Amino acid sequence: MNDTDTPALRSAPIDARVDEDETDDAMSSVLGAFAWGLARDVRIAMRSKADLGVQLLFYVLVVSLFPLSTSPSRDVLAMLGPGVLWTAALLASLLSLPRLFAGDFVDGTLEQIALSPRPLPALVLGKTAAHWLTTGLPVAVMAPLLGAQYALDGRSLSMLAIALLLGTPILSLLGAIGAALTLGARGGGGLLALLVLPLYAPVLIFGAGAVDAVGAGMSASANVALLGAGLIIAVVALPFAAASAVRIALD
Amino acid sequence: MLINWYRFSSPVSFYPLASIGAQVFGIFAALLAGAGLFVALYVAPTDATQGDAYRIIYVHVPAAWMAMFIYLVMAGWSAAALGFNARLSAMMAQALAPTGAIMAALALWTGAFWGRPTWGTYWAWDARMTSTLILLFLYLGVLALRNAIEDPRRADRACALLTLVGAVNVPIIYFSVQWWNTLHQGSSISFTVAPKMAATMVAGILIMTAAAWCYTIAVALARVQAIIVERERGATWLESLIDLRQRGIGRSPA
Amino acid sequence: MSEFLAMGGYAWYVWMSYGAVALALIVETVVVRARRKRALKELRMMTPSTPVGRMRGAR
Repeated sequence: MNDTDTPALRSAPIDARVDEDETDDAMSSVLGAFAWGLARDVRIAMRSKADLGVQLLFYVLVVSLFPLSTSPSRDVLAMLGPGVLWTAALLASLLSLPRLFAGDFVDGTLEQIALSPRPLPALVLGKTAAHWLTTGLPVAVMAPLLGAQYALDGRSLSMLAIALLLGTPILSLLGAIGAALTLGARGGGGLLALLVLPLYAPVLIFGAGAVDAVGAGMSASANVALLGAGLIIAVVALPFAAASAVRIALD
Repeated sequence: MLINWYRFSSPVSFYPLASIGAQVFGIFAALLAGAGLFVALYVAPTDATQGDAYRIIYVHVPAAWMAMFIYLVMAGWSAAALGFNARLSAMMAQALAPTGAIMAALALWTGAFWGRPTWGTYWAWDARMTSTLILLFLYLGVLALRNAIEDPRRADRACALLTLVGAVNVPIIYFSVQWWNTLHQGSSISFTVAPKMAATMVAGILIMTAAAWCYTIAVALARVQAIIVERERGATWLESLIDLRQRGIGRSPA
Repeated sequence: MSEFLAMGGYAWYVWMSYGAVALALIVETVVVRARRKRALKELRMMTPSTPVGRMRGAR
């Protein structure tokens, strides 16, 4: 992997091993594309660590401000906690979605990426994974710490972490579709939120529901199973939709 | 009747068909609505438990059903638009979206006014109403995206993809809302119809639903006429323009 | 008649519902027809010298 800042054109070499077995090549092409997209986007994100910090700070702020709007009584907070922690995670995901494709779109890199022989869905999956690593994962790690502000017990906090770890990648995958569809469209972040939030609803329901269940002493296995299944399906299917959306935006 | 239906697949050649269709379905809609309202407001007996307030069902149920059906039909046209790169299919989806949004909004409104006298509250987070609310958001998203993209063909494809993604998600959303609702309400307060319905009541709902279907088709066909003219007159092919004029379209106020 | 309008005491709810439906559908119809008329008018203005067709009768 190149460690230079070269745009896609120069750092996406066409695999010259044309005489290798086709299926082998296809698989390595998919994994290669995924790895390339992931590494590049993480590298780019790491260049502006301040931005990542600001995003995380947004999450912390929203979660911390919320009790000011209600009462600080432990009962109220314990009831609201899972919902607030989850909703803020949704908003944090939305906040960083535009950057998923917009930068590359504006300077023409996205077009080069789409034209390259690497499978676009795999590239998109790589970029989405990078988005999750820089947005969803920090939130999932931060949330249990903030959950203490909401008087949530230990078991609830662990379930919160698990649920967010399963759910935030789904948010990134769904969001990628919205981010691609709104490339070059007017309306900015508001439009993106309108498109993506209804799709987020099931994740919110099952994710927050898992924490609620554990808090009430019941089992959250069904929620976790559904989130897990949703994640698997999302990873396999959604990148194709996002790739189509990218192609539509580039036409 | 051996009609070559492919002849109608170009927007301009579809226009006369849309014109006739809009008029025919409009007339049917009016007739069915007249009959339906007669049954709903006059013939059908008053409900024992809910009194005359239950009559809202005759507009609420058709609106809710249309909101769902229209989205499915939009999804069908969207699939055709993406699969065959067909302009007319995309235009039909574009024509249906506003009506679908209005139906969803009416379902919510009438549901609220039905809920207040019968269950004591304008809004209870029951599964069906919450799902309809999210469906309204899906419609508004498609309308907003159409409005936000300048190029009509790009908007066609983007909205088609969004509609299909939404269509796949609707069952998931419905299921998850249903789950959430049963967890939090225990034995459900559901806005379902009273179990035993007199035959006249069923007939009334069916007639009103048929009226809603005819109305939707009529309005969508009228709207697609406007869309065809708006989009095709700006086309770089002068033939489309001459084509439109030679068919006598636009000679006099429609 | 007044009994009909009263709807067994539920007049507000019933008529707000039916009224909203009627209003929405009438407004939608009017707006769509106006849009179609406007589109055709602009088409006519764009093509004033185009030969008139023989296909659809005299109008």
